[in-house]
Amino acid sequence: MKDGFRQSMAWLHTWSGLLFGWLLFVIFVCGTISYFQEEVTRWMQPEVTTPSDPVAAADGAARWLAANASGSSAWYITLPGDRAATTALFWTPAEDGPAGGVTEMTLDGRGNPVTARDTAGGYFLYRFHYDLHYLPVIWARYLVGIAAMFMLMAILSGIVTHKKIFADFFMLRLGKGQRSWLDAHNVTAVLALPFHLMITYTGLVTLEGQLSPAPVAALYANRSEFFAEAFPVAGAPESQGEAAPLASFSAMMKEARLQWGMDVGHIFVSRPGDAVARVTLTSAPGASMDARGKMLQFDGVTGRLMGEGVPKGAVQRIEGVMIGIHAGRYADAVLRWLYFLSGVGGTTMVVSGLVLWTVKRRSKLTDPQRPHFGFRVVERLNIAVVAGFPLAIAVYFLANRLLPVDLPDRAEWEVDCLFLAWLGAGIFAVLRPVRRGWIELCRCNALLFAAVPLVSAAATARNLPASLMSGDWVFAGFELMMLALAFGFAFAANRLALVGSRHALKRPGKREQVVA
Amino acid sequence: MAARVAVIPYGYALAALASALMARILPTTRADAATAGMIVSFAIYAAILLWAFAARGALRLWLWLGGVGLLVGLLLAWSLLAGAGR
Repeated sequence: MKDGFRQSMAWLHTWSGLLFGWLLFVIFVCGTISYFQEEVTRWMQPEVTTPSDPVAAADGAARWLAANASGSSAWYITLPGDRAATTALFWTPAEDGPAGGVTEMTLDGRGNPVTARDTAGGYFLYRFHYDLHYLPVIWARYLVGIAAMFMLMAILSGIVTHKKIFADFFMLRLGKGQRSWLDAHNVTAVLALPFHLMITYTGLVTLEGQLSPAPVAALYANRSEFFAEAFPVAGAPESQGEAAPLASFSAMMKEARLQWGMDVGHIFVSRPGDAVARVTLTSAPGASMDARGKMLQFDGVTGRLMGEGVPKGAVQRIEGVMIGIHAGRYADAVLRWLYFLSGVGGTTMVVSGLVLWTVKRRSKLTDPQRPHFGFRVVERLNIAVVAGFPLAIAVYFLANRLLPVDLPDRAEWEVDCLFLAWLGAGIFAVLRPVRRGWIELCRCNALLFAAVPLVSAAATARNLPASLMSGDWVFAGFELMMLALAFGFAFAANRLALVGSRHALKRPGKREQVVA
Repeated sequence: MAARVAVIPYGYALAALASALMARILPTTRADAATAGMIVSFAIYAAILLWAFAARGALRLWLWLGGVGLLVGLLLAWSLLAGAGR
């Protein structure tokens, strides 16, 4: 009976993995890059060079908002941390102002307006890993949530299916076809197994409100009642119509740092410019594992400390930490690279699983020259996604350097370039013979990634040698990573070509034998 | 296999009921109880699915699933009707 159980688990593993493998690959790639989203954004805004200073940024933001967002009843300011170089502003439009006006703005690290190229930067790749693109966010999140649930099932059933999983872990037999793919799948799966389980489960937790609405529905009349109770951000009381200037943020930030021993990350101002104004400071996301951080509230006019944010329950804090360890914003450089490498491991696990599906079935095909339709679909989708999506990302980075700086809707054009390139790679994957398609797209990826630092050097005032000399590790690191990816794809293309030519040599020999 | 694949939607509904019931009976604040229910719901769903794919015989599987669903549903209904004020 035990074999029946394992067979059943193997079935679950194979099909849950295959059905969502391609989407999971894209989520893994973008999620992995997201660990460096601030650095990617900095590379994509080469004009921003001012070092950041949170206090100057906060006061600069207040000055800018007072001049440009008058009549707004709420300001949200995200300060530059250790890693980002810019300050992000959002505000609610004035009630009597023009409807649908711009209510977001980016300032530099000292609070002055930036004149950088318009780009969604690393933030786009981060949002894409759970919001996707070109479809309503709500549907995207259901899709990503279902994929994550399938991933969880694939992991759990995978642990059961590979009975000698921990013994196999020490076996990586290279150059042995199917066995090598299985070994690669096992090694990448087991090596980072705690990471895979953690990232999948906490990923589900980040979307829990939408994916699992039943507990809230069982306790509350409606969702907003729950949010008001679970995340109370006290706004200012009703305005008495009396205007008063806003106090400077710097003293409040000093007080907050003294109390927490952490930097301030966000500032929320309710009714700015009014005598009843309130300022709420939240600790920087990099300062603690709890993604929601700590809060302090101040009188907006006198700057007097009014109290802490409402204390959260134990379970809510656990939830905050679960989201925190998913996003890894608290991680220092070493841990951040470990997160990144684990993400690469997860990506490799998904890829090897997808390839394994075809490798395993190719040997059993009744007619290997004319495989059945389902097999061909999987084969082509593997190329279009595994080789095609990296190509699209390389094009995204190149578009950032090559599109005219004053192009209207430039940020959206960069994203469109990514998807057009992906579409092109997909069509290519369908039209070319399978092996040629893999090799040619890998070569193309190698060329495109190698082109990124060169194009950047030609199109901007910065280049790799200069970044290395000046110790600018964000720029140098990004461009070295591009070169590493170029080498990786070139290596993969050469291996594939080598294996292909070996096959070509063998095959006529076999046929002769049969004939003889 | 169809009998097991059908557990995918049914298991979701059962996990939703079970996590809602858990949120109703946990002796903490409402916000904490609801959060705990949401966090645990995915583990409940995963456990139901694994169990369904491991179980022997479709009839036995569905008798169990139906029985547990009925029990959880009744308890939740009782909790909602009796403790409407919570």
